[in-house]
Amino acid sequence: MNATCNYFKLFDLPVAFVLDPARLDEAYRSVQRQVHPDRFAGASDAERRLAMQRATLANEAYATLRQPLARALHILALRGVDANAGGGARMQPGFLARQLEWREAVAQARAARDAAALERLQQELQGEKDGRYEGLGGLLGGRQDEQAAEAARELMFIEKLEAEIGDGIEALEAG
Amino acid sequence: MAYSDKVIDHYENPRNVGSFDKSDAQVGTGMVGAPACGDVMKLQIKVNAQGVIEDARFKTYGCGSAIASSSLVTEWVKGRSLDEAETIRNTKIAEELALPPVKIHCSILAEDAIKAAIADYRRKHGDLSDAPVPAQPARAA
Repeated sequence: MNATCNYFKLFDLPVAFVLDPARLDEAYRSVQRQVHPDRFAGASDAERRLAMQRATLANEAYATLRQPLARALHILALRGVDANAGGGARMQPGFLARQLEWREAVAQARAARDAAALERLQQELQGEKDGRYEGLGGLLGGRQDEQAAEAARELMFIEKLEAEIGDGIEALEAG
Repeated sequence: MAYSDKVIDHYENPRNVGSFDKSDAQVGTGMVGAPACGDVMKLQIKVNAQGVIEDARFKTYGCGSAIASSSLVTEWVKGRSLDEAETIRNTKIAEELALPPVKIHCSILAEDAIKAAIADYRRKHGDLSDAPVPAQPARAA
């Protein structure tokens, strides 16, 4: 794999975790306008292909930067840090124990078809998640990359947990 | 992706699901997780006075392959000594369950979990370090 393409640069944005979503949207639309197929109707095959590649890249970049966790992982990758450590990362036992408790609570609420309990868990998790993203932003800003990578790894579990709760609520709503 | 029959069997009828009291001196607890998929696995062994694993439990929150891998390991370790159980390799788990390459990490997680459980048991019994066995947590008055 070649060096990580800098998605921030593509949109002419500063490499920073804190990002104005409106500015990202605007930058994305601007790139999409530049490479729109209509503008290349009379162009050569090579130019059309290049425009299409840029459009695809812009889509990837946009999808990455608008998600906070993907954005953080991208910043770390630009600094040469693979937060996922090739899948071999060891998590702290205390963190894992807490994760197991959460997952158990979600499974129990789902089994009991207790939508209110799931919503409580969702709210509780939201607060936890907000705090953790704030912390991650601080670590990235302070260039504490190893700690940021650990925080990002923990957020991978938190995001998964949130998706599980969301699935549970959806399943109950679907009857 | 299609799961093998063995994965489906362990997924639908998981063996040894549950928990032991992790403060029990006979019990070793291993907890592991894979950030990329958000899977969390807890594997516990109960070791008798002869150093043989007489029972095992697991709790896994993750995909079918992760559940099957941990379920299989709890079956395999019963009746084995700690040293024997330590030789369980993820390749054997993956082979037994016919895991596809993208699910190999689930078998690695299960190997890590059993190793962590054995290490926890040994730590409790002071086998791995010169440090004294940690005191039991004080009960709330």
